[in-house]
Amino acid sequence: MNETGPRLLQGNEACVEGALAAGLRFFAGYPITPSTEIAEICSLRLPQVGGTFLQMEDEIASMAAVCGASLAGAKAMTATSGPGFSLKQENLGFAAQAEIPCVVVDVQRVGPSTGMPTSPAQGDVMQARWGTHGDHEIVVLSPSSVMEAYTLTITAFNIAEELRTPVVLLMDEIVGHLREKVTLDAAGKLPVVDRDKPSCPKELYKPYGPGQGRLTDVPPLAAFGEGYRFHVTGLTHGEDGSPTNNPKVGERQILRIVQKIASRRDELARFEEISMEDAEVVVVAYGGTARSAKKAVRDARAEGIKAGLLRVITLWPFPETRVAKLREMGLKAVIVPEMNMGQYVLPVKRVIGDACPVIPLNKVAGQFIEPKDILEAIKGAM
Amino acid sequence: MAHPLEKYLRAGKLPHIWCAGCGHGIVTQAILRAVDELQLDTEKTVVVSGIGCSSRAPGYLHFDTLHTTHGRAIPFATGIKMANPELRVIVVTGDGDAAAIGGNHLIHAARRNIDLTVICFNNTIYGMTSGQYSPVTPGGSFASTAPYGMVEPSFDLCTLVAGAGGTFVARGTTYHARPLTNIIKEAIKHEGFSFVEALSQCPTYYGRRNKLRAPLDMLYWYRDHAVGVSQWEKLTDDEKAGKFPIGVLKKVEHAPEFSRVYSELIARARERSEA
Repeated sequence: MNETGPRLLQGNEACVEGALAAGLRFFAGYPITPSTEIAEICSLRLPQVGGTFLQMEDEIASMAAVCGASLAGAKAMTATSGPGFSLKQENLGFAAQAEIPCVVVDVQRVGPSTGMPTSPAQGDVMQARWGTHGDHEIVVLSPSSVMEAYTLTITAFNIAEELRTPVVLLMDEIVGHLREKVTLDAAGKLPVVDRDKPSCPKELYKPYGPGQGRLTDVPPLAAFGEGYRFHVTGLTHGEDGSPTNNPKVGERQILRIVQKIASRRDELARFEEISMEDAEVVVVAYGGTARSAKKAVRDARAEGIKAGLLRVITLWPFPETRVAKLREMGLKAVIVPEMNMGQYVLPVKRVIGDACPVIPLNKVAGQFIEPKDILEAIKGAM
Repeated sequence: MAHPLEKYLRAGKLPHIWCAGCGHGIVTQAILRAVDELQLDTEKTVVVSGIGCSSRAPGYLHFDTLHTTHGRAIPFATGIKMANPELRVIVVTGDGDAAAIGGNHLIHAARRNIDLTVICFNNTIYGMTSGQYSPVTPGGSFASTAPYGMVEPSFDLCTLVAGAGGTFVARGTTYHARPLTNIIKEAIKHEGFSFVEALSQCPTYYGRRNKLRAPLDMLYWYRDHAVGVSQWEKLTDDEKAGKFPIGVLKKVEHAPEFSRVYSELIARARERSEA
């Protein structure tokens, strides 16, 4: 393996390549369209690098096994689609609460329920943010090309390891099943981050000790079997990992799992900008839909319309600072095309406020939004 | 003088949350005695649990311990074992946790014959939520959600796990505390999926509603209804009625253990990819 040079790859395949490059050693999953290729390729490739692939009895078990493997020291991932993503939510919350690094891939299809299993949608944007119960922050990344499925999977692992948190790679059927010519080497040797390990004497280790005492700190994580003999629970816990009913200790724990991510909102924010300098209408798009948006903006420019694209890559935490700058541009409108009934448009509207109209452009029929649809919206806003 | 098992406890986390008269302390002690007699490496032993009264045990035990979500201890444990097969993984669970919400995981782990030791503290009731019926609550007995008596048939957990392919299946009770220790020892030593059903009294939420109010009443009930397995085999069907066997009910030696089988798969895959 480790092929070099140009290859024709599918988004799902590129995701596995990225995961392997990031050091993936454990995958647990359950067959579900349109993410199944990720499991299939992992079943072939992981054993070749000494890793483990498990097809579990259900989606819940897959997410549980990923958490267990990560606590035993392995970089771990699972992949699914809407119905399975719903089933994973409880243990995704466990990973957020117990601060277990892992990557969850959701290749979105049309919902609710079984919906249209082979058709694209972006209906899980809010589920990715709020699908599990209780207050928490989560990092959600959305690629819009095959190459980016590769690079962003590496980024997802790096963020998971650095911040001891689950990271959701929110793909959609368009990107997951898209085939493009890519040269993975062209990305260069991307940095790979490994979680911090404790350096203190074993008996002093506190798996949830906030280091310098700041709420934004990420405590180092020992692996089970390294002799630290520590406790992990989904109950609200103190620094030693033991459950607590002390309101102050409990509040501090929740604030910390929120703050460690929220405080890094700007450094986590990733986006691509096209023709933004003098734009009068800005399209805010992500994932597969951003491909159509790119073409629409190019076509609009060809007709002399000053359109721009802000392609959001880090969906959550919401890139508040960057989106707020749109307020100062004197825009005629912001257009938010999404393959859902209007989910990401909500925080965009909240931040843009009354600075200019924020126009949703939605499609839920299992078909992608075409460039001409977006071009039409741009023209309508001028 | 320190208790000989104190070194296995996070003494600072005591007292435990269990009610007076609860059997879970007896089962936990049996586990620790087994660990002690086997001289397990405490740095290479992981104890995993789900949700419920019994699942609180790991919080008091000084190993790597993981208190997971309801019913999911076994798949978490599966991830741990497969990521690092050197670790010895013990799962502590209850009847609701293992047989209701986690039933699917229980049978699939048994089918894989993965080297986990699952100890099910079976008090035949949901104690943590104050006494609802579980899939093993005996027919006719009362629970907070069975005010007219339990009308659903029960699982026989040992038969269930044996049927699903578990290679070591045993039952004990809190009355038979020393034999329970021996059973757990044997389960831990067994390479493959081992399951121990440990009947454990819940006087607070089961006994109170079922005319077994005093903890001793329930222990005597175990004494009077449990039959050692060798004796059990000699009984007629009529004699077996209302009784149950304790001891090692199934043991298959040398069945392929899953993490070992997977290590061999890795070796084959590596050989092929290098060829």
